Amino acid sequence: MAIDEEAGGQPGTDQPRMGFFTDTSVCIGCKACEVACKEWNMIPEDGLDFTAMSFDNSGGLGADTWRHVAFVEQREPLGYQETGVGRPEGEPVDLGMPSFERPGDSTGADERGEFRWLMSSDVCKHCTSAACLDVCPTGALFRTEYGTVVVQEDICNGCGYCVPACPYGVIDKRADDGRVWKCTLCYDRLGDGLEPACAKACPTDSIQFGNLDELRERANERVRDLHDAGVSSARLYGDDPQDGVGGAGAFFLLLDEPEVYGLPPDPVVTTRDLPSMWRYAGIAAATLLAGVSATFLGRRRR
Amino acid sequence: MSTSDVTPQGVQGERPGREAVTGSAAVLDGDRHRAPEHARSSGTQEVSETEFRSYYGQPILNQIVWEGRDIAGYLFLGGLAGASSGLAAGAELTGRPDLARPLKYTALGAVSGSLVALVHDLGRPARFLNMLRVFRPTSPMNMGSWLLAGYGPMAGAAAVTGATGLFPRIGRAATVGAGVVGPAVAAYTAPLICDTAVPAWHEGYREMPFVFVGSAAAASGGMGMLTAPLGQAAPARRAAVFGSALETAAVARMERRLGMVAEPYQSGRGGALMRTAKALTLAGAAGALLSGRSRVLSAASGAALLAGSACTRFGIFKAGVQSAADPKYTVVPQRQRLREKNGEQEEEGAN
Ligand code: SF4
Ligand code: SF4
Repeated sequence: MAIDEEAGGQPGTDQPRMGFFTDTSVCIGCKACEVACKEWNMIPEDGLDFTAMSFDNSGGLGADTWRHVAFVEQREPLGYQETGVGRPEGEPVDLGMPSFERPGDSTGADERGEFRWLMSSDVCKHCTSAACLDVCPTGALFRTEYGTVVVQEDICNGCGYCVPACPYGVIDKRADDGRVWKCTLCYDRLGDGLEPACAKACPTDSIQFGNLDELRERANERVRDLHDAGVSSARLYGDDPQDGVGGAGAFFLLLDEPEVYGLPPDPVVTTRDLPSMWRYAGIAAATLLAGVSATFLGRRRR
Repeated sequence: MSTSDVTPQGVQGERPGREAVTGSAAVLDGDRHRAPEHARSSGTQEVSETEFRSYYGQPILNQIVWEGRDIAGYLFLGGLAGASSGLAAGAELTGRPDLARPLKYTALGAVSGSLVALVHDLGRPARFLNMLRVFRPTSPMNMGSWLLAGYGPMAGAAAVTGATGLFPRIGRAATVGAGVVGPAVAAYTAPLICDTAVPAWHEGYREMPFVFVGSAAAASGGMGMLTAPLGQAAPARRAAVFGSALETAAVARMERRLGMVAEPYQSGRGGALMRTAKALTLAGAAGALLSGRSRVLSAASGAALLAGSACTRFGIFKAGVQSAADPKYTVVPQRQRLREKNGEQEEEGAN
């Protein structure tokens, strides 16, 4: 499944690889992406739960959640929230913080105002080396001409192998349907020249869709701007073609360590070790054959 | 005013130095967690190895959707079938028909059972044959389907010709063929589970095939001890001892090498199953060494070996589930790996 990391979607065509750049530094946690995704892809409702952890109500990516907005609340002495950082041309806008009481009423004076929220819209990474695709025994998962990874629902037999294979916990099985589901990067919309529903709906341009090369350039610029503006914790996640999955087709700008957002810090496609696994299994099989044969050697008592 | 306060006009009275913008790293918790690097160079105490951050303790991986009864059962039956075919072939070639026959039946029964379990676990069982739609070496499940498609009919022919006495030459060829392919059937299930992101499985990929073939040999030896007359069961007893020793050694080695990722094999239900498996297997192996003269002891030891092998597979399955459920097993080793990578880079930079 070698696709050209630099430019290519599908080898042999001039269709560039398409992807997402999710800039979490401007995400306001409105969940428009979650809703747009559900609507467009007609994903069934999967429980109106309140996780009681934060303002997160969908918990994580799964068969019926293809965009998931994480809400990280950190009681850190960080000063107050300031939006618009690193965008010198725009006026900073104070969005305030939703709450049922006056801010800080229930905390000591010491803690008031010293708090930050990190919000991040997570999605399938459309890995360059995609474990889900590698392990699929039916060929239901395939690489599209846009370089994305899509499940063909008329072929998937619900073996569930891809679910524990994904190092990010993205793809999952829909219990009453038996098959697996995940983000398709709106394969049907791309074909019609439209951008994915989540990117279309995102009011802050936190989700940006486009040619992966351009997105990487834009992301690097954005990190530079943020660093210049003092946001030294800004870093890209999944943009490096040298990483364990060969670079993600959907990458992120984060303001803290990946694991804080529920992302693995150093994911590696499991099939990288598969040749070695086959070797060990081959030696083990030979050991068994030799061991069993050896039991028939030696003197027969009767 | 000594402390800050939130007023309708914004935050008032914040202490100097606290006007950091969101995400400025100097005051970030993340930096404190990155401390070990600095700590090491300045010679201070390193932060405990298992300290880690997560998203409200939520797992990073999606939980394994396989049904334990189906897939752990599949692992057990596949191993039993594969190793039984090997023993049956040896028994046939060395003139031990009363050992060969029951083992051929075992192989057919077990491989049929494993197939039923596998199909039963599919979300769309009617689409089972889609497994043979492609040939994909990167998918152990696909490779296994092809392997079973070759092995199953041979095991079947061996059993049926053995039972009816028809076509003896074909029967012998099938018996030997199944005996040679059998070990591959017993071993491939290790890459099947290790080729996932489940930490307790993936990290153990070097030892897992040896655990599996050892467990398979012990189970088939146990089956031989249970079903064959004492006089012909000597190879089965030796296979049982060989398998038990291999399995026990491989499990011990795996747990030692995995470090903290081995915890799921030692705690919870996974740990309990693994301990039970070890006790049953060692008891069965001891019985195999002593049971040359007692039919009852031989049968009891054989049953213990079979139960032990089943417990091993269920224990490994359960440990995988436990390790996927806790973000610790995903984050801590990956952080460790990153630290080592960064350390190397720093060294390179220094040179
Ligand atoms: S993130 Fe997971 S589901 Fe998405 S392409 Fe990568 S391995 Fe597949
Ligand atoms: S569940 Fe479907 S998509 Fe996933 S590995 Fe199995 S056949 Fe492929």
